[in-house]
Amino acid sequence: MKKVIILSFVLVNTMFAAFSQNEKFTAAMASALEQMKAAKTPEETAAVAAKFERIGDAEKTQWLPYYYAALIKAQSAFAAKDKDKAADEATAILDKAEALEKNNSEILCTRATICYAHMMVDPMTRWMQYGAEATKNLDASIKADATNPRPVILKANSLKNTPEQFGGGCETAKPLAEKAAKLLADFKPASPIHPTWGKEVVDQILESCK
Amino acid sequence: MKKYLLFLVVILTSLSVSAQVKISGVVRNHRAKKIIGASITLKNSYDGTVSDSMGNFSFTTFEKGEFVIEAKMSDHKTVEQKITITKEAIVLNFVLKEEVSELKAVTVTAGSFEAGDKKRAATVMSSLDIVTTASANGDITGALKTLPGAQQVGEQEGLFVRGGAGYETKQFIDGSYVANPFFSGAADIATRGRFSPFLFKGTVFSTGGYSALYGQALSSAVILESIDLPEKSEIDASISSVFVGLGTQHLAKSKKSSYGINYGYTNVGLYFSIIKQKPDYFTMPAFHSLEGNFRFKTKKGMVKFYSSFNAQELGLRRANIDSADLKNAFGLKGTNWFNSMSWKEVLGNGWKMNWSASYSTITDDIFAQIQNQNNEYVSTGKSYIDAGSFTIKNTTNVSQIKSVFEKKLRGISAVRFGSEFWHSYTKIKYSSYYSTLSDNLFAAFAETDLYITNGLAAKIGARVEQSSILNKWNVAPRISFAYKTGKDAQMSLAYGDFYQKPENLYLYQTKDLGYVKATHYIANYSKASEFYTFRIEAFYKKYQDLIKTYPSYNNAGSGYAKGIELFWRDKKTVKNLDYWISYSYLDTKRDFNNYPMQLQPTFAANHTASFVAKKFVLKWKTGFNMTYSYATGRPYYNFQNTGSKYEIKDEGKTKSYNSLGFSLNYLPNLGKPKAKSFIVWVLSMTNVLNQEQVYGYNYSNNGNIKQAITPPAPQFFFLGCFISWGVDRSQDAINNNL
Repeated sequence: MKKVIILSFVLVNTMFAAFSQNEKFTAAMASALEQMKAAKTPEETAAVAAKFERIGDAEKTQWLPYYYAALIKAQSAFAAKDKDKAADEATAILDKAEALEKNNSEILCTRATICYAHMMVDPMTRWMQYGAEATKNLDASIKADATNPRPVILKANSLKNTPEQFGGGCETAKPLAEKAAKLLADFKPASPIHPTWGKEVVDQILESCK
Repeated sequence: MKKYLLFLVVILTSLSVSAQVKISGVVRNHRAKKIIGASITLKNSYDGTVSDSMGNFSFTTFEKGEFVIEAKMSDHKTVEQKITITKEAIVLNFVLKEEVSELKAVTVTAGSFEAGDKKRAATVMSSLDIVTTASANGDITGALKTLPGAQQVGEQEGLFVRGGAGYETKQFIDGSYVANPFFSGAADIATRGRFSPFLFKGTVFSTGGYSALYGQALSSAVILESIDLPEKSEIDASISSVFVGLGTQHLAKSKKSSYGINYGYTNVGLYFSIIKQKPDYFTMPAFHSLEGNFRFKTKKGMVKFYSSFNAQELGLRRANIDSADLKNAFGLKGTNWFNSMSWKEVLGNGWKMNWSASYSTITDDIFAQIQNQNNEYVSTGKSYIDAGSFTIKNTTNVSQIKSVFEKKLRGISAVRFGSEFWHSYTKIKYSSYYSTLSDNLFAAFAETDLYITNGLAAKIGARVEQSSILNKWNVAPRISFAYKTGKDAQMSLAYGDFYQKPENLYLYQTKDLGYVKATHYIANYSKASEFYTFRIEAFYKKYQDLIKTYPSYNNAGSGYAKGIELFWRDKKTVKNLDYWISYSYLDTKRDFNNYPMQLQPTFAANHTASFVAKKFVLKWKTGFNMTYSYATGRPYYNFQNTGSKYEIKDEGKTKSYNSLGFSLNYLPNLGKPKAKSFIVWVLSMTNVLNQEQVYGYNYSNNGNIKQAITPPAPQFFFLGCFISWGVDRSQDAINNNL
């Protein structure tokens, strides 16, 4: 009897542990993603990024938590006082994601976001370097997954912010945004915790380019 | 069995409910200041939090047992603590030590204007800024003249900085000294610099207090850093009202090496035949220039080689001041060959090496003649007139070798040390007199960058020199501090001794001279953000041992300079408009040459100001640039030797200097992604308002006639077209103007 109890105890425990680890990860990610959507202040955003980073550090083999942590940092870099520093921090975390998942379309796309953040420090002198680097990463991102709408969205957004005289503006941005909208409609994430963002940006471009 | 299982479930559930343990505490730095936003992590779990606005943190966990808890904050050292989680709530505090980081730390900036695309946002000038500065005409020195500290001297080349003469400013390319950065020319007409601003990725204009790495510059150092590899291979061609040029840059497929070669021919003959010049040119100024470069990446560094060869000639006649029947003819033929090589390498283990060598050889062949109205040589028998007939053949060779080693210390502090050796040889034939000068100058230097905290840094160094021709040593200490006073703002203090060999002009007369010396004291406050730069700087300079030429050649001269300078640049307030304002107040006197006492030198104005504005109109693909420069009048003197001493026979101040420069750049292929070539049209004009500019006065021998020194023509017009194939430069234009 004792043996049975111990055995069942051990069994239940290991099963619970094994099962729960995956479950726990997905649950934690889902809750962090909820928190990310709800975050409004810079403090709240930073807290979510830290949470993703903790999940990544604890899991050690999952790229998604690092990806989200880097994405949040990269996006908040645009509003940061020291954009270079914030972007460098995002790069450091994204490197961890890339170490686990090579040639990933989403990761490459985030690299481009980081480039744009660096560029915004001094667009006049940095356009050459970071603009070209961003385009390179976006092209690589599209190459890695042609169905991913996000690199197309970033391209459309960048074009929209480029003056017409330089081949930008709505005229060139709109067709690309429409293509991105289509890709977005067809896009099926690999799991509920995989990236799906982008609709707001596309809608914004299409709205202002009516 | 069921009972047992139930029991088990109850135990498990109760465990998980009761097991929530609260972990809380405070995060501070080592000065007990709260740290906001530090990330607290219970390692190997998901649990943790971020410290709040009071530095407090608090979270709960189900975990039990031995754990490591970590507190992490950027620019701080991460701290880990071991904890055992049982049932009790845990309270623990963290103290994080600040780490000195390059991005956050202050930089010692007293006295220097850094330009270039350093990672720091607050750059003052880029190479595009230089070429789009109206009035500069693409000349580095011309653009630097719009910054505080520099005088608006138009009758001589060079930068006259803070009461210093032009020869007290030295130029360095990749660490190498440039023996003569300007073309040779005739008296009272300033010449251009020989180097294109596009050769350089960074320009540091230091108006005082500079590093111990640089010597033999009493007043100012212009430190130029050449570009690394070009972005792409390309071919360039240019044609303009005064020159034609053709060049190519080739970047290897591996993107690890590149070479380039450029040829340019300048001849102002056509231009001078349309725009009347005051002097009568019998040989139109013409220049050939050929330059080449070769650069390659090494394992962890870079080697750069640059060579530039110029040949030039000119000849002109001007009226003689002593006799209306006579003319002064002046002819010049010259060559200048400059070579520099540099090797930068990261040696590992925190060591870096910077090695450079340069060699220049310069020849000038000058003839000056007193001529009659038929342009024939005449001898008047009057020595003060006949002294205007002579010939000079001059050859100067300068070679320099320099090595600098750097070792990173804790954090970003570093020590740097090294030595350099200059050999210079000059052979001059003045009419029928021969003279040679040869000097070996040895220098050793060491300095350290100490970052005490992110907000306080010091640079302490010293330089020792020995010149064989003077047979004397000098020891020059240099110290500066920088202290961060607030967001984007800092204060700097600098002190240093600077020595320079007397000019060859004096050494031909006697070698029994010592170094001339200046001591700089500088205090500076600057506030710079992405789009604004503000700086105010006060300085005091003491000159000692300046060269006197009367009654004998000696080091008995002295002087001082003090002043306040302001700089404001704004790229944001008005859309697509970039402007800067600089103002310099200078109070200086010196006793040198044949000055009878300490006087304000002829190259120093009390107030100097510049306003520079640039606006790009996207719709027209055209950039409009203007510069307005103003300086109060400069003094002029007529010294007469009364037999035993020099006396001031006449003196005065010139009228104030005003100049409005204008230029525009038109980029027709801008934004055409399919265009095969990139074209820039440049149109520029100096002194648009045709204001009279007087730089000083020349006196006749008897002092009765006073003649104004003015530019050879009141205005200068330029129209040019620059084309490049192979690279889309429109991106260049976009980033410069968005």
